[in-house]
Amino acid sequence: MKRLFCFLALTVAVILVGCGKPDFSDAEKKTIASLALNTLPSLQPDTTNRFADVPAAAALGSTLFFDLGMSRDGTVSCSTCHKIDRQFQDDLPQAVGVGRTNRRTMALAGVARDPWFFWDGRRDSLWAQAVTPLENPLEQAGNRAAYAHYIKTRFGERYERIFGPLPDFAGLPLNASPLGTDAEKAAWNAMSDTQRDAINRVFANIGKAIAAFERSIEPAQTRFDRFALDLATGAEPKDDAVFTREEILGLKLFIGKANCVICHNGPRLTDNSFHNTGAPPVADLPLDRGRIDAVAQVEADPFNCFGAYRDGDASACGELRFMVKDAPQLMRAYKTPSLRGAATRPPYMHAGQFSSLDEVVAHYAKAAPSVEGTSEIHPLELSDRERAALVAFLKTLSE
Amino acid sequence: MASLWRYLLAGLGLAALLVGILAVVYLTAPQSAQTVGPDVSRTRNSDNGLFVASFSPERGVVRQGELESWLLTLKTKAGAPVEGAAIAISGGMPQHDHGLPTSPQATDYLGDGRYRIEGVKFTMSGLWQLHFAISASAGSDTVLFNVVL
Ligand code: HEC
Ligand code: HEC
Repeated sequence: MKRLFCFLALTVAVILVGCGKPDFSDAEKKTIASLALNTLPSLQPDTTNRFADVPAAAALGSTLFFDLGMSRDGTVSCSTCHKIDRQFQDDLPQAVGVGRTNRRTMALAGVARDPWFFWDGRRDSLWAQAVTPLENPLEQAGNRAAYAHYIKTRFGERYERIFGPLPDFAGLPLNASPLGTDAEKAAWNAMSDTQRDAINRVFANIGKAIAAFERSIEPAQTRFDRFALDLATGAEPKDDAVFTREEILGLKLFIGKANCVICHNGPRLTDNSFHNTGAPPVADLPLDRGRIDAVAQVEADPFNCFGAYRDGDASACGELRFMVKDAPQLMRAYKTPSLRGAATRPPYMHAGQFSSLDEVVAHYAKAAPSVEGTSEIHPLELSDRERAALVAFLKTLSE
Repeated sequence: MASLWRYLLAGLGLAALLVGILAVVYLTAPQSAQTVGPDVSRTRNSDNGLFVASFSPERGVVRQGELESWLLTLKTKAGAPVEGAAIAISGGMPQHDHGLPTSPQATDYLGDGRYRIEGVKFTMSGLWQLHFAISASAGSDTVLFNVVL
């Protein structure tokens, strides 16, 4: 009899121990492994920017990124909004440069892996993106002729060592741009084609140098990655790689019932695509229709992949060539942001609509219809405990 | 005493059997759930039977999130290659009612009924559908392929 009790007790003990461990199905394990940072492929070369991996170009780009001189009145640089100690964003609902913009500053970790840039993807390369804020009247508010002069005076030698000789500046106006004030536009139109091309080339090279620098901004390992690695290898999680019951529940919901993983997938937790998630418009901001209005803008951009300033051949232009141009799904669609580091950088969404992760999760659970277009989000039955668990899991991507 | 042990042993045996059955059910359940999924065959007859179409990734593997080329091979029912076809492509994820993230196009005719379809990209796991509207001298027809990632 005693032996029997021993046997039964042992069986019960084995079952209990088994239940205490996180227990994931094979499908769940596969999904979890696909989110871990160790599956991030190495950064592909950017053939459209032949300076992308030239260290001197990245060094110049880094200088320019932090240089307040790269603005109309010497008060704003990229780093005004993309703060190096704040995941390259600024914690504001809408960024403030020379003026107040309409969108939230995007964090930059891993950005060089994206096919499209900005919340609406209105630029198709990192270097074409980088020249855009320089001329945006609400951001750095300069003009390309002024930037070319500035580069010559401040960084002429460094520039020429990387990109070759600067153009002849004789007769070039101090201020000119096709996007500037009326006077700047008039000055631009008065220039010869050769002069305009020369300025555009310096401007594109500024973008290429900054892009070379931005390629080094990569996401860091988190608690989630340590947990996922242990789960994949079957190792016993140690220290902070141990997940609480709540975090495990949150992870299961994220990849299961709450279906977050259909859009927030891969090691950066983004599908690099555009979706209408019903994020509400912000009162007092101009109409924002997201991706649907960006299509024409990226097609018209002289610095896009089909333009004259691309290096390499047009085989790199697949994203632009096969871009979806007119589909109802583009209305108020925005780029899926990476969720790495999100927990420590509120507010959220393209115009800072939500001030906490609790609000974001409540938004997904409710799935309010979009003001325009159709939201892809469907309402979720989530208990308070489940909502808190999702938030707890998201935090493991920031620790 | 001996008979008590026999009952216990029998009891344990039955319990073990039960555990075994449960294990079998548990282990086979996910597999059987997969087999009732959509038809993912890479060769299908077009909807009105005009063509036999095959659709496969040019490099053999499908990678999520990458622009890829696929090959669409069109034959008549008699097995003759279909040349000079005009092909229009649409599709999406029926379960999330959204369309394709890119607009794939037939960019090249490679001979022997084979057309290169460039710009195919699957950004999520799940069921994707690609519809082809094909028009050639033999007539016009449509065919749908399911791709599960
Ligand atoms: C005034 C604040 C501000 C300044 C200055 C600024 N940015 Fe931004 N940045 C933003 C905002 C806001 C967005 C999103 C804008 C949008 O979607 O319209 C953004 C988006 C980006 C993106 C796109 C990220 C992604 O995931 O798509 C990159 C890259 C970037 N900025 C780099 C730069 C660089 C390089 C500079 C300097 C040349 C710069 N920014 C200057 C606020 C700023
Ligand atoms: C249909 C695709 C899709 C699904 C499903 C989805 N998201 Fe998102 N997510 C997005 C997009 C797109 C945005 C940006 C929306 C915007 O700014 O308008 C976003 C934004 C976010 C943000 C804000 C990040 C930031 O930096 O602003 C968080 C947090 C987030 N999602 C978490 C989740 C969670 C948790 C779930 C599951 C409950 C989920 N998402 C499901 C596409 C999706």
